[in-house]
Amino acid sequence: MKLIIAIIRENQLDQVRESLIAAGISRITVNHVSGHGRATTEEIYRGQKVVPNLVPNIRLEIAVNDEFVNITSNAILQATKANDGGLIGSGKIFITPLEEVIRLRTGERGSEAI
Amino acid sequence: MKLTLRILLFAFAFILLPITGLFAADTPAIDTGTTAWMLTSTALVLLMVPGLAMFYGGLVRTKNVLGTMMHSFAAMGIMTVMWIVCGYSMAFGGNVLGGWFGWNPDYFLLSGIDDKVMDAGIPEYIFSMFQAKFAIITPALIAGAFAERVSFKGYCFFIALWGVLVYNPLCHWVWASDGFLFNLGAKGAIDFAGGTVVHISAGVSGLVAVLFLGARKSHPHLPMRPNNLVMTMIGAGLLWVGWFGFNAGSSISSGLATAQALTATQAAAAAGALAWVIIEGLHQGKATAIGFVSGVLAGLVAITPAAGVVKPGGALILGALATGICYLAIMLKNKLGYDDTLDAFGIHGAGGIVGAIFLTFFIRESWMTDAANIAGGSWSIWQQLGVQGWAVGIAIAYSAIGTLLILFVLNKFMKIRSSEESEMRGLDNSYHGERGYGMINPN
Repeated sequence: MKLIIAIIRENQLDQVRESLIAAGISRITVNHVSGHGRATTEEIYRGQKVVPNLVPNIRLEIAVNDEFVNITSNAILQATKANDGGLIGSGKIFITPLEEVIRLRTGERGSEAI
Repeated sequence: MKLTLRILLFAFAFILLPITGLFAADTPAIDTGTTAWMLTSTALVLLMVPGLAMFYGGLVRTKNVLGTMMHSFAAMGIMTVMWIVCGYSMAFGGNVLGGWFGWNPDYFLLSGIDDKVMDAGIPEYIFSMFQAKFAIITPALIAGAFAERVSFKGYCFFIALWGVLVYNPLCHWVWASDGFLFNLGAKGAIDFAGGTVVHISAGVSGLVAVLFLGARKSHPHLPMRPNNLVMTMIGAGLLWVGWFGFNAGSSISSGLATAQALTATQAAAAAGALAWVIIEGLHQGKATAIGFVSGVLAGLVAITPAAGVVKPGGALILGALATGICYLAIMLKNKLGYDDTLDAFGIHGAGGIVGAIFLTFFIRESWMTDAANIAGGSWSIWQQLGVQGWAVGIAIAYSAIGTLLILFVLNKFMKIRSSEESEMRGLDNSYHGERGYGMINPN
């Protein structure tokens, strides 16, 4: 089992969700996060350009069984490539091992519970 | 509003043509009571525009909240300037081009009304500014139909053109003393405060714009939830309060007619709201907050043309009836699948049509007696129904054709519809470079 954590642009949430659903991945958790990448985004505040030091992003958490790791990360990759413009700040995907999953309703553990 | 307006606009013809001080002695005295109420009404109607901004702003997704609110605010800027430059003249000047719209050179930049007092005892500036607020809110209502997917620039040009080509002529036909709908039948088509001019024209134009521009990208397969219903509720509250200026102010007086309009307005809003809660409760099992305020708006929209002629009993029925039909209109929209995002047609178009047609059955007797006298003996509600039908039909046809033409031509010069990329990024970021909230609500 793996935990896939993806940090993506805010505006790409819809297309990533659509792409994941199309790939059969529908169990996701979404957070609004902010952080530093290499990107600097200009915003306008009362006619002045400002560069906020923390950039808002979307963080997806997806727990998957091993055979779905590539499907999931490819779905995210494909969706974020579209309309991206090739600028820095597209985001990252982190994949980490996942020790245990427990479904609260039934108490199932492991792969079954994902 | 009609009778007073007819008299005072008739009087302008004599007072305004020679712009000299010679007629100063004939200037009616200022009626401070009426003036005070009309000042209040003018402010109340303006309050509806930020109210509408909050109402619509709360209903869209987080990424579009500012862009949607800016649709209302931009209308305050654009339509006010246009009104001072040419709107007032086109709406309330004398017939030109066969009565298509009006024109009076004295109204250009409002230059000739600096010291004019109308026969109603109010400075003409107040009447002009009061009417300007109607010209502001009407295009702002349309924005609800194509919310979340128009470019800011395209929207600005669209409402400026729409004001000139659709709103001003319609306003002239219905409210100017020489407008042809004003003089249709015995006592004219009844549109007390803007059922045809404001709500039907905005609703129908919204529907046409939706069909022209197409649905949002993820419509309807992804749920798109309101970002802040609390703001929507506050906005609806402001609209209800402001509507007293809209309707009761449209009597252009401070007296009996004002009180009648005010009472009918309150009655219809409440009846509409309750009817929605009951229908939704029976149909869906829950009484939603957005349903309650939708009912308030349906009732208010329906009473807008009727506030001057119906009694409270009729207003209750009209409000509830409007809610029933608006509810059906929205269900039908969901079946047909077109993306009238915030139901500009479902509420304003459908509600306006219900109000303008069915008010005929609740007209107070004194109005019918007056009409019969003017018509020379008899005037039946069926004859009046025909007049109302004409007015509604003309408003629908004219605003639909006008809107389609404007969109078609404007679209040759600029993209009115957002690019797919800007639509996904959201209006706030794409066109304004800002974000509405800090960190709440992903999506």
